[in-house]
Amino acid sequence: MNKESALLAYVTRLGDNALVLGQRMIELVAAYPELEEELANANLALDYIGQARMFYTYAAELEGQGRGEDDFAFLRDENEFRNLLLLEQPNGHFGDSITRLVLFEAFYLAQLEALARCEDARIAEIAARAEKEIRYHLRHNTQWLVRLGDGTDESHRRVQESVNELWRFSGEMFEADEIDTIVEKAYGGPKLEELQKRWLADIDAILINATLEKPQDTGMASGGKAGRHSEHLGYMIAEMQYLQRSHPGAAW
Amino acid sequence: MSAYSRDEILRWLGQVADPEIPVLSITDLGIVRGVEIGERVTIALSPTYSGCPATEVIENSVMDALRDHGVEDVEIKRVLSPPWTTDWISDEGRHKLRRYGIAPPEKGASKRALMRGERQVACPRCSATATELVSEFGSTACKASYRCSECLEPFEYFKCI
Repeated sequence: MNKESALLAYVTRLGDNALVLGQRMIELVAAYPELEEELANANLALDYIGQARMFYTYAAELEGQGRGEDDFAFLRDENEFRNLLLLEQPNGHFGDSITRLVLFEAFYLAQLEALARCEDARIAEIAARAEKEIRYHLRHNTQWLVRLGDGTDESHRRVQESVNELWRFSGEMFEADEIDTIVEKAYGGPKLEELQKRWLADIDAILINATLEKPQDTGMASGGKAGRHSEHLGYMIAEMQYLQRSHPGAAW
Repeated sequence: MSAYSRDEILRWLGQVADPEIPVLSITDLGIVRGVEIGERVTIALSPTYSGCPATEVIENSVMDALRDHGVEDVEIKRVLSPPWTTDWISDEGRHKLRRYGIAPPEKGASKRALMRGERQVACPRCSATATELVSEFGSTACKASYRCSECLEPFEYFKCI
C-alpha cells in the first residue's frame, strides 16, 4: 500500500467512526428521560456528524473521483465501512451508551491530540477543531459514568455490566494495521501503543472514581477496521441510507 | 480600483446576524477571518462547532448581504485553522450577549475551562455570582444552561471552548 492510499483509508476511517457513532446517538433523539440530557445527546451527536462531514469531504478530495461527502455516507455498503465495532453496537440502556462514549472518547481525544500535531495540514486542522469538542464531551460523559457507578446499588450493578460487556471491543482501537503504521511513519500520525498507555491510565482513573472494576483483557473482538462487522451495522446503515437509496440524488 | 473598500465590506458583514443568537453579528462572533478584494471578493469564515447547523445559513446570509450592496462575485472560504474558540468573540459581542441575557464566555478560559469546569458565572440580569449549572448543554450547541440563586432566573451561558 502506498502512503496516499493509506492516508485516504485513514481519513475515511475517521469519518466512519464519527458517522456511525453519531448515527447511533441520533437514534436516541427524542428518547431521553429528561430534557437536559436530551439536549446534551443531540448536541454531542451533532458534533460527530459535523466531524464526519469534514473527514469525508477531505477523503473525497484525496480520492479525486468526483465523489462528495454524501457519497461516502450514503452510498457505500456495510463492508466498505471501516469503523470500530464498539461504535456500531446497539445503544442498549443509558449506562451502555455512556460507557461506550467514555471508552471511545478517552481514545479519540488522545488520537485527535496526536493528529493535531501530524504532518498532514488538513487532518491537523480538523483534529484541532474536533479535539476541543471531544474534550467537552468526555468531561460530561465521565461525570455520568461516575454518577452511575458511584450511585445506587442498582445503577452500580447495571453500569458495571455495561463496562464488562463493552470491554471486549476496546482492544480494536489499539490494534495497529498497515494503514495505522504507514500514517504514523509517513505523516507523523499517532503511535497506537502510546495512545493505549494513556487510555489505560485515564480509564483506570475514571473507573476508580466510579467505583467500578476494570474487566480482564480476555477475548478482544475486532474486525471493523478491516470491514468485518457485527450483524448490527447493516440494520443501522439501512435506516440511515434509506432516503438516498430510494431517492438517489435527493437534496435539501 | 474596486468600488468598495475592505472597511466597507467589514461594515456590511457587521450587519449579518448570527442566526442562532441574532443580537450578535458574525464580526462580533469573530468568525470572519479575512476579506480579500481581487477579481472577486473572498470572505474567509471559520465555523464555530464542527456540526453547527448555522454554518450554511451564515454563508448564504453573507452572499445575500454583499449582493445587496452590489458585490456580485463573492466566494466563501471555510477556514479551520487556527480553530475558532470563544476568545474570538469581541468585547462588543460580549457586551451585547450580556444585555441579551446570555452570560458571555470567560476570556482566555478555553483550555482550563474544559478540564476543570467553569469559573463562577455571573448572572447576566442581576450580576450575582451565586449561580448554578443546570446543564452543560442548552438550546444550541454553543450554550450551557444556568440558574441564578439570587434572582432565581434561568439563563444561558455561552460555553467556553
